[in-house]
Amino acid sequence: MNDLITVVDWSRWQFALTAIYHWLFVPLTLGLSVIVAVMESIYLKTSDSKWLSTTKFWMTLLAINFAIGVATGIILEFEFGTNWSNYSWFVGDIFGAPLAIEGILAFFMEATFGAVMFFGWNKVSPRFHLLSTWLTAIGASISALWILVANSWMQYPVGMEFDPAQMRNVMDDFWALFSGVAINKFFHAVLSGWALSGVFVIGVACFFLFRKSNRDFALRSIKVGGWIGLAGLLLCMFTGDGSAVEVTRTQPMKLAAMEGLYEGSEGQSLVTLGLINPDKKWDNNEDPYLFEISLPKGLSILARHDMNAYVPGISDIINGVDVIDGDTINTVSYEDRIRRGRIAQSALREYGMALREGNVEATHAAQQTLAENYQFFGYGYFNSPAEAIPPVALTFYSFRVMVMLGSYFLLFYVVVLFLAYKAPKWLTDKKWLQIVAMISVPLMYICSEAGWIVAEVGRQPWTVQDLLPVGAAISDIPSSSVMITFWMFAILFTVLLCAEVGIMIKWVLKATHSDIDNQSNK
Amino acid sequence: MTLDLLQNYWWVIVSVLGGILVFLLFVQGGQSMLLNVPDSSWTQMIVQAIGRKWELTFTTLVTFGGAAFAAFPLFYSTSFGGAYWLWMLILISFVVQAVSYEYRCKPGNLLGSRIYDIFLFFNGLVGCVLLGVAVAMFFFGGEFTVSRGAMLDSNAPVVSVWASTHGFEAIFCWKNLLLGGAVFFLARVLAALYLMNAVNAGEKFYQWMKKKLWWSTGLFLVFFLAFLAVLLTSDGYTVLSSNSVVTEVELTPFKYWHNLISSPSILILLLLGVANVLLGILRTLFTKVYTQGIWFAGIGTFFTVVALFWMAGFCDTPFLPSVTDPASSLTIRNASSSQFTLQTMTYVSILIPFVVAYIWYVWKQIDAKKITKPESEH
Repeated sequence: MNDLITVVDWSRWQFALTAIYHWLFVPLTLGLSVIVAVMESIYLKTSDSKWLSTTKFWMTLLAINFAIGVATGIILEFEFGTNWSNYSWFVGDIFGAPLAIEGILAFFMEATFGAVMFFGWNKVSPRFHLLSTWLTAIGASISALWILVANSWMQYPVGMEFDPAQMRNVMDDFWALFSGVAINKFFHAVLSGWALSGVFVIGVACFFLFRKSNRDFALRSIKVGGWIGLAGLLLCMFTGDGSAVEVTRTQPMKLAAMEGLYEGSEGQSLVTLGLINPDKKWDNNEDPYLFEISLPKGLSILARHDMNAYVPGISDIINGVDVIDGDTINTVSYEDRIRRGRIAQSALREYGMALREGNVEATHAAQQTLAENYQFFGYGYFNSPAEAIPPVALTFYSFRVMVMLGSYFLLFYVVVLFLAYKAPKWLTDKKWLQIVAMISVPLMYICSEAGWIVAEVGRQPWTVQDLLPVGAAISDIPSSSVMITFWMFAILFTVLLCAEVGIMIKWVLKATHSDIDNQSNK
Repeated sequence: MTLDLLQNYWWVIVSVLGGILVFLLFVQGGQSMLLNVPDSSWTQMIVQAIGRKWELTFTTLVTFGGAAFAAFPLFYSTSFGGAYWLWMLILISFVVQAVSYEYRCKPGNLLGSRIYDIFLFFNGLVGCVLLGVAVAMFFFGGEFTVSRGAMLDSNAPVVSVWASTHGFEAIFCWKNLLLGGAVFFLARVLAALYLMNAVNAGEKFYQWMKKKLWWSTGLFLVFFLAFLAVLLTSDGYTVLSSNSVVTEVELTPFKYWHNLISSPSILILLLLGVANVLLGILRTLFTKVYTQGIWFAGIGTFFTVVALFWMAGFCDTPFLPSVTDPASSLTIRNASSSQFTLQTMTYVSILIPFVVAYIWYVWKQIDAKKITKPESEH
């Protein structure tokens, strides 16, 4: 049992490590591929070779980033099997399909047209090259669509039924996978990639201006990156709002953790800044915050678009107060969920025995009991309600980091774009402004990772919401094996990240010593 | 469409992906030659030629995994979660490959070109051998048990339980290594044939490749014929299932030989495959200058691998036999997804010919001009 807990923890760490590294590279691929496609389109329309040089410069950075994104991605897909084999069986019938479709429809598109984009200059016609660049960008987004549909399904499992004979869930409605949760998540994640890439382009371009190099190239890049990034950020905020509403509806515990809220109320305030009290538990009377600055009625507006709406906290949800379809109701407490989860599991055992004995009547009775309690199946693995609470502090702080940095970047984009058009001398001459732009690049990565931490830590301890906790999703492997592979990946990914950053820095430094606009484009 | 038909169809799709993957391993074969190339400009041209294709191999592997997950989730769960170290080593070899082409010659790459070339070699050797080992388990089995009821055991809620060596026993099994060796040397054969076709760097380069082809062919034949001999004389299980539950397991002497002679389609595919591989190799070896051998050998490889997959999965044969508990063996019947999921994916698979068509078109466009000298890529 102890090794089981350790395996679960190491498997979680390994998956988190891989996902965090993967998400360092993916958003830049998603956004920068669109930015280079726009630049190349302008080149083809204007026949101005400066746009070709600009496209090629950013495409090289895209290629460097693309490779490592692909490398970390393969591990993620196979880790579902290697580390979460029970999960792969229990819901593979539903979860596997989007992954297979992703491979067939998206990966080949990216790989095939990516080869043309990176290696096809002078080998194919300019129009076909441009088409390939766009298809690579579209392929990357289609790839994101399928994996995000799969991820959303884990957080809001729909379109399936439980097959007791096989002891697994099976799909019964493919289109249900494209739920509001999935659509919001897809646009939120992909557009955050645009926002990140815009900041990346502006930051790197400001480095050129800081070194007083390639002024026109830098301003041109800032304008394209700025517009695409701003569009991405605005739409990201819009879909973020949609996501908050969906989380309130489908994962109220995650929302409560995001807020560090234990006892909710009507017209619930939003903590804009605060310190979580580590001694606070769901069943004690400690104050949840050591200090807080709140916006009155803010959470009710955010979560339900109604300033007087009730929003439940962690203790409320555990005690059985919840919001379903906009109504505050007394629902099943977590003690009851655990009890009914165990009833569901017992019924499943009885079903299996009755099936083996050929006892049709007992089979039907067990099946009925199972169906009545199946929605709480996963709770049967818990011993106490506390086990069903996600890590509150990490979720709370990550959410604030994401929102605050997101708000800063809105201001950043507006200012940079205004200056690029109306007062470019500020951008070209003010060192402090250039430094702010450069520092904004790592801040944007922190913002982006914080968003995923909210999404993934906030849904713990579930791999599949309400049905399968992480402890029942793992593989039969010793914790020592997972510990070794964790450190192998940690070292390998860190070395490769350092190599990537090193190559990018050298490439940019080298470019600052050249005249990009007048480079040979043969 | 009946469930049986869909299961057969998806095993065919997995076989096709397996066949394409092994053909595309010419990329890995080329990587395994990189450490002793006599001329640095040749190294650069080899990297250029195979570097434009590495993503196709990589993507095919990922899609193979995705299709296996979606169509046969119990296989995915049992094999990947059980033979942990086998799959982890394969994955690590592909991770280091993915960055090496882009990073190896770039300033600031932290490790230096030589290390990235060693990464490529590592992927070329370990990736090929271990993929061969993984496929050999389709015939020679793994040490595992499957108990769906274990899902409800709160102390150890794991459906598939593997031997405590977690894949190392498969890596060090000599029978598996026969196929591992065959795949590795076949990849080198295909690489030599592909590079003769894609690179036009003069007589010396051609003759150097031809020498590589001689050696690789000899070693490939030794490993492949030994594997075939062991396979066709091995016992195997015949597993009957009803409603995805195993009802009868029987040990059948010379199981795979029987599969071969009782299924004319498998026999014809295998013979066609082997003949095409040999034709591609022999025409290249015994013609003064011949650069089209890759196409014959490529098609032959594809047919041979598909035939082997069909021997493993059809004819009531478990494609992952359990040597610990024969009743736990995985067949395309008891390991598959539901009828609804297989049917949904079947609709999507209608797009596969379109995908193949654009890959082929792009391949022709990019390879239209032979590589005659090292080029700058960006």
